[in-house]
Amino acid sequence: MTHPRRKVYGAGRAPYTFLLPAVLLFVLFFALPIGYAVWLSLHRVEVKGLGLGAGAREEVWAGLANYTDALTDEELLHGALRVLGYGAIVIPVMLGLALVFALMLDAERVRLAPVTRLAIFLPYAIPGVVAALLWGFLYLPSVSPFHYVLGEAGLPQPDLLDGGPLYLALSNIAVWGGTGFNMIVIYTSLRAIPDEVYEAAKLDGCTPLQTALRIKIPIVAPALVLTFFFSIIATLQVFSEPTTLRPLTNSLSTTWSPLMKVYRDAFGENDVHTASATAVVIAAVTLVLSFGFLRAANSRTRQGETR
Amino acid sequence: MPNTTLGMLRRTVTAALAAALGATTLAACGSSDDGNGGDAEGGPASLTYWTWTPGMDKVADLWNEGPGKKDGISVTVKKQASGDALVTKILTAHRAGKAPDLVQAEYQALPTLVSNDALADVSGEVGDVQGDFAASVWQQVTLGTDAVYALPQDIAPLMFFYREDLFEKHGLDVPETWEQFADTARELKRKAPDLDLTTFSANDSGLFAGLAQQAGAEWWTTEGDTWNVAIDDAATQKVADFWGGLVAEDAVDNQPMYTPAWNKAVNTGKQIAWVSAVWAPGTLTTAAPDTAGKWAMAPLPQWSGGEQVTGSWGGSSTAVTTDSGHKAAAAKFAAWLNTDPEALTALAKESGVYPAATAAQTSGAFAEPPAYFSDQADFYDKAAAIAKTTAPSAWGPNVNVAYSSFNDAFSSAAKDKSDFGAALTTMQDDTVADLKKQGFEVAQ
Repeated sequence: MTHPRRKVYGAGRAPYTFLLPAVLLFVLFFALPIGYAVWLSLHRVEVKGLGLGAGAREEVWAGLANYTDALTDEELLHGALRVLGYGAIVIPVMLGLALVFALMLDAERVRLAPVTRLAIFLPYAIPGVVAALLWGFLYLPSVSPFHYVLGEAGLPQPDLLDGGPLYLALSNIAVWGGTGFNMIVIYTSLRAIPDEVYEAAKLDGCTPLQTALRIKIPIVAPALVLTFFFSIIATLQVFSEPTTLRPLTNSLSTTWSPLMKVYRDAFGENDVHTASATAVVIAAVTLVLSFGFLRAANSRTRQGETR
Repeated sequence: MPNTTLGMLRRTVTAALAAALGATTLAACGSSDDGNGGDAEGGPASLTYWTWTPGMDKVADLWNEGPGKKDGISVTVKKQASGDALVTKILTAHRAGKAPDLVQAEYQALPTLVSNDALADVSGEVGDVQGDFAASVWQQVTLGTDAVYALPQDIAPLMFFYREDLFEKHGLDVPETWEQFADTARELKRKAPDLDLTTFSANDSGLFAGLAQQAGAEWWTTEGDTWNVAIDDAATQKVADFWGGLVAEDAVDNQPMYTPAWNKAVNTGKQIAWVSAVWAPGTLTTAAPDTAGKWAMAPLPQWSGGEQVTGSWGGSSTAVTTDSGHKAAAAKFAAWLNTDPEALTALAKESGVYPAATAAQTSGAFAEPPAYFSDQADFYDKAAAIAKTTAPSAWGPNVNVAYSSFNDAFSSAAKDKSDFGAALTTMQDDTVADLKKQGFEVAQ
């Protein structure tokens, strides 16, 4: 059954009509809020006189003043360095463990694989705040069962919520929570490798270790890149763990990580303008770092392919 | 922390704006609301009330069934988070012109809210209620002007709580001066090195502010159109050096309060005293359930013998917003809530509120001591007497900035057991810098 073809006068408009819902959603829930944050970051409040009563506050154009403030703020730089140190521990340990676990689960003759997989993945299902509270209780010297055991055994009891060990304490929470997720991503891509490849390797006399190093890891490289990419973003945005642990110790300031500073400025000190500028700076840095990494990783893979 | 929710709720910081606030400048702001009740006289009104007080819905029901029904004024309670988060929420809602009719606000947040024009002057609507409150309390809601920006709800005078049994066991006397307090701390360390008299908590800016208030500090004052910030004045310096000294010589602990570790310390008698406010029984009930009945309360130690002065750690008020379409009706409810004997009894019973209204402090609701202090029959009589000795205090428009600076500066000073005076200077500098950045005139 054929219909006479109608004249296609609407053809030029059709794609846009189909695009409209997506564009609308994008504008409403993505572009507008970001635009508003940028607008806020370019303004500041000006107070007249004692600043009490009606009309005492006015929002005025600030130009880039909030940005120069944010970029010259030593506390923000220190926060960034702290997060860098934290990331230097979290990312290699977490991804290393995830890869090792994935390879082990994928190895032949593994018993109880599904149960183990679930057990490693389970911490990821626990919300970050709950995980931080849980670990916080375990870290606090006077209530920690670990400290009790160490004390009974006559071993030194380190205060994990102080100084250098604090980084380990925070990293541990992230590693504990994040390894499972990354392992699943890597494991899934391992399962996608066709059996013929292994068969060929076996015929060539590959040991399981050689298979892992020479075949599995190169093939799952894209998955590794992806998990690395996610981990960088998650690290730069570290917030809930240190915020939850902060009341428990004197060693965590309200500006420990850059995002904590944004939160303090906006909700502790009522200064949305400075907070917006800092947030925009953090977003830009995150974008540059994560996409920079992605680009570097991609170009390397491509080089590898042409070689 | 989870098991000290009540303490967290009440650990809202109290304050009063200095008498020095330029009354003439401020009277002008107050007048803008004159004769602008915003609603038909006596017409029915449906009001929304943002508060963090537990059990407030039941108290509001009492109004809705009783006096409110007669006037057709009904109040709906919307439970909120306490503290700075609510201030931010109110200001954000006010930006959109959608703040609720009534809000609960800590005393020290009032200047910030007034400076954002979020609170209405209800002096014309609440009638003659000033006499129901102590002068030092009333002054906090007028900011020293002719306007009335809120009605005082609860107050929290500082006191000294101690383990009576352990004081006896170690042969310690209850300190009456801070000097004796320091000696007691040292004596305890000598006799029982594992125990601490108490801790200095860098998380609790409100307690530090209260202690400075007792010493006579006035952190924010005004002269004409100029703010004067004196966080590092001699009185506060004295308080900072005192606690810094105790921390440096290990006479008291340096870990924050309201942590699982602190709960354990007070519950097991590792810490045997606590400088806290009238709401302490509620906090101790959850933090140290095993030691109920073993604690006693005494007045706060004094800086010089024979004096009787205290500060505050907590306390809040009920305010009507400028966005309300029914300001007169809202003011009527606020006045009822905080002065009517029936309402105050309900507040004491349902919400555990220690009332700002003077008469209610000795009413039937406070005839019995709190269960936790069941052996101290005159607990509330003593409390009411101590409340009368509360020193005036001075708050400004960026208390929140000073407080977060306190958290960071004193945390690291307490951790390193270093000079608290330097931390105080940081707090002063941060506060002044913020005022200047916002465009306030600040005297140097």
